[in-house]
Amino acid sequence: MRKINVNRIKDIVEGLCIEANMELRGDIYRAIKNAFKKETNKKAKRILKILLENADIAKKEYRPLCQDTGIVSVYLELGQNVSLVGGGLKSAVNAGVRAGYKKGLLRKSIVKSPILRINTATNAPCVMHTDIVKGEKLKITVMPKGFGSENKSGLAMLNPTDGEKEIMSFVVETVKQAGPDACPPYILGIGLGGTFDKAAILAKQALALPIDKMTPKKHLKKLESAILQEVNKLRIGPMGLGGNATCLGVRILEYPTHIAGLPVAVNVGCHATRSASRTI
Amino acid sequence: MKKVTTPLTKQARVKLKCGEEVLLSGTIYTARDAAHKELVRLINEKKKLPFELKDAVIYYAGPTPERADGSFGSCGPTTSSRMDKFTPALLDKGIAATIGKGSRSPVARNSIKKNKAIYFLAIGGAGAYLAKRITSSVTIAFKKLGPEAIYKLKVKDLPLIVGIDSGGCDIYA
Repeated sequence: MRKINVNRIKDIVEGLCIEANMELRGDIYRAIKNAFKKETNKKAKRILKILLENADIAKKEYRPLCQDTGIVSVYLELGQNVSLVGGGLKSAVNAGVRAGYKKGLLRKSIVKSPILRINTATNAPCVMHTDIVKGEKLKITVMPKGFGSENKSGLAMLNPTDGEKEIMSFVVETVKQAGPDACPPYILGIGLGGTFDKAAILAKQALALPIDKMTPKKHLKKLESAILQEVNKLRIGPMGLGGNATCLGVRILEYPTHIAGLPVAVNVGCHATRSASRTI
Repeated sequence: MKKVTTPLTKQARVKLKCGEEVLLSGTIYTARDAAHKELVRLINEKKKLPFELKDAVIYYAGPTPERADGSFGSCGPTTSSRMDKFTPALLDKGIAATIGKGSRSPVARNSIKKNKAIYFLAIGGAGAYLAKRITSSVTIAFKKLGPEAIYKLKVKDLPLIVGIDSGGCDIYA
């Protein structure tokens, strides 16, 4: 058994919270740059240029890309041959979130109860998912997500006899509903199959995948391209003021599902969709 | 680009047209969901308000904590439509303009038209860029709300787009 001290996990989570919030992902930066080069709408081009400048300032001056530094989702892929020592895993991860948000001067946006609405003042707790896998490694993915885009996400339980066409129309409708509100150009994470809850988790995990790569699965690759093309026809554009760039990338994850259904979840991501990972 | 300053009087407001890009300088006040709820409660209970609403500008924003030099690391706009249900009460009390991101409801738009107010768009997700246009800040109310407190900000050349003008012309409609 390989031993990993949970304090090390705490330190990594702390670092990833700061990194994700201050440094725009390389794949997204390149996608905005590409959109800027290709944009023909003058206003859209100016806005895209400011988004690149924003990312440069954030990195250089150690500023959060966006003031909404989000609620943190933490995904752990924990090798089953790892023995965790030094304390509880969950409390170590949350201690990492608290430390990262304090040190990085990130906004504390979490309220204790959705009804009572008292700020925890630490940005903890995070939403944590742990998957036990083979081996003796640990992969930690931290995804701080703002609620401007989270609020525009959607889930539909489609019929099993539905297919790409119906999936596509639900995704397009979801983006249409988001309109200018969720900081376009968007990144879409889509989860297909599983159950009601599994589809939503897959959609969020899909947002952590690089948008300059496509899925190796042929049937999904076709769908990712088709959705990207269709969504860009909406011409919502940066700030919703028109232009070619409505969506920068679409990633899909799927899971086996029941003969009676086809769950589809769309997690809308803004142009500052954030995630950072580390494997130890 | 046209420069505008606060207080934003009616004469200045009526000259602004939807789609126009402007640079705003002067004093603005942050207020987001929880602060709006409080402000409207104070109005309904006829209590004293934390700042003079007449011709004032509200920025829908909750900044990241102050850095060592007192400035914010990041301070961009939040989604405006969540404030729509509170907007008529505030505009009726004299608020000149609101700054946020995204579209507004017909109720908010009608109130903007009725009061000859303005709705400005700031660039969502550009919080680091926008924070550099804030020259000073001070918490003036609801400190216990943390990032949702009301901050009085001095801004210099804050880049905005007129989203809804005083005649009710809406860039998204």
